[in-house]
Amino acid sequence: MNENDTEPTQADVGQPGTAVRLDQGHLEGAGGIPERFANPGLPPHVNRSADLGERAARRAERQVATLFGISMVAAVIFLVAYFAIDQNTYRFIPGIGQANLSNVVLGVTLGLSLLCIGLGAVHWAKTLMPDTEVTEDRHPQRSSDLARGEAVETIMAGGDASQLARRPLIKYTLGGALGLFALPLVVQLAGSLGPLPHADLSTTFWRKGMRLMRDPELTPIKASDVTIGSVFHVMPEGIDKSAHFLEEQGKAAVLLMRLDPAVIQVPKERSWGYDGIVAYSKICTHVGCPVGLYEQQTHHLLCPCHQSTFDVTQDCKVIFGPAHRPLPQLKITVDAEGYLVADSAFREAVGPSFWERG
Amino acid sequence: MNALASRRRHPAATLLLLLLGLVAVGGLYALMAPKPAHAAEAAADDVTAGNKLFLANCATCHGLHAEGTKIAPSLAGVGAAAVDFQVGTGRMPLAGPGVQAARSDKIKFTDAQIASLASYAASLAPGPSVPDGQFTKGDGNIARGNQLFKVNCAMCHNFAGSGGALTRGKYAPSLRNVTGTHIYEAMVSGPQSMPVFNETNLSPTDKNDIISYLHDLDKDKNPGGMNLGNLGPVSEGMFIWVFGLGLVVAAAVWLGKKAA
Repeated sequence: MNENDTEPTQADVGQPGTAVRLDQGHLEGAGGIPERFANPGLPPHVNRSADLGERAARRAERQVATLFGISMVAAVIFLVAYFAIDQNTYRFIPGIGQANLSNVVLGVTLGLSLLCIGLGAVHWAKTLMPDTEVTEDRHPQRSSDLARGEAVETIMAGGDASQLARRPLIKYTLGGALGLFALPLVVQLAGSLGPLPHADLSTTFWRKGMRLMRDPELTPIKASDVTIGSVFHVMPEGIDKSAHFLEEQGKAAVLLMRLDPAVIQVPKERSWGYDGIVAYSKICTHVGCPVGLYEQQTHHLLCPCHQSTFDVTQDCKVIFGPAHRPLPQLKITVDAEGYLVADSAFREAVGPSFWERG
Repeated sequence: MNALASRRRHPAATLLLLLLGLVAVGGLYALMAPKPAHAAEAAADDVTAGNKLFLANCATCHGLHAEGTKIAPSLAGVGAAAVDFQVGTGRMPLAGPGVQAARSDKIKFTDAQIASLASYAASLAPGPSVPDGQFTKGDGNIARGNQLFKVNCAMCHNFAGSGGALTRGKYAPSLRNVTGTHIYEAMVSGPQSMPVFNETNLSPTDKNDIISYLHDLDKDKNPGGMNLGNLGPVSEGMFIWVFGLGLVVAAAVWLGKKAA
């Protein structure tokens, strides 16, 4: 039953189906908001079965004691198992299969022991400990007027005694000293955030003329080694001598694939490769996982972290998933001995986007 | 019956009905699904015998001269290794159309028949041959095999060789309990979505090291606890979200509920 049904004559009440102002609706009778809502108070206290009968209380006591008892038994089994079960015993355990018996028994008994202490304590609190509702009124926050006046007087007297108002030179130099003292603290904090990245995010170890090397053996690759359908995981020549090997490795990883040149749809991709051999950064442009899952039939490259999919026949364009940019291509060619070499460094930053990249 | 009828509005009743229905449908399917036909017998171990087997069992899809059709690739140049792998692991003949042929324990040909088929495929055009036993024994350097596996294989086949998902329903299969010969053949022939790892990419010694590592994984014993398929964060996350959080929620409800 709403306002419209009970008081159809009131002029400013909305028509059926239109919104009603808050102070007009929702109250049966006169409408409007009362001066003061009555305190509904606490719901009546309901006694638990353990409060009413000694038998129920004793049963709850037994249940709590049983839980604590199970905990004790589990702890004892843990202690026995710790010494009795050989560390290299493997047994069939239902739900797990063949597993190390000692680890399973120790884990299960220790967990059960702790769990039963908790269950027992909660059950004890819920069934036997008093559960009557209690209210405690908050005391007033405001101090008495006398105390407030005294506090103001004390502060004013201190200010007068220090002669701050009379001697402005002290006031201003103190302000300056305190303000400047904050700067050394702030500068230390800002300075200890680590070195600036400079161009580290935009550049990799790759330089023109570097050979493409197999990862992890770091042996050079001849163009004739790369047959159609092959995939090679590649690192730049000399990366093992880099001072920051792991950081450089994380940026320079490259995936080398050979496709039938006829299936490559982008002229730039064909000309940056060599006879259908193309090299792409292995670092996903989404959040930098290694994009290594190459399907040689569909020529799709899949990132295992968030399923971004790149089409190698279309210059590694994103065809699915959260990645935003295509994988950067490394321009390659062959040297006089027939080994694959980089024809230039990466022309764009590899890996995920960052602020200054634009 | 009355007891059943009175409980028909129980919250678990819908779930139970659904479960019963699923079990019934699954059971019926298993009973009525078409069974693969048994392959014809053959004895001679040569190209002619292989050709006969091919015409009887494979030509429907791969074409009369193994030239390939719309639904199946040409077999020219795949070599004996590809045939030994596909037929020897029960992937071929294909049980039914799908995105990918699955490994099967029901090998439909004898070893001699597989060898005939392989020699027929090898006679079409040069391709990788079945590796000799020297590099498939798995007696190589396990640590080096692990390193090579992590770089070249683990992104698809998972760090523990349990396999993983690819795009559009395709997947990298589990590498547990696969013979050294079949692992070797898969690397040189690049079956289905897998790229080729030829002898210049991973030398025979490298391949033997990888096989050694995988065989060592097969022998790995469970130190205790459920491994949840060794699938990494996906299955583990699923478990903790469903069961871990479920338990926490149940405990919170129990703690917050009034006793009376």
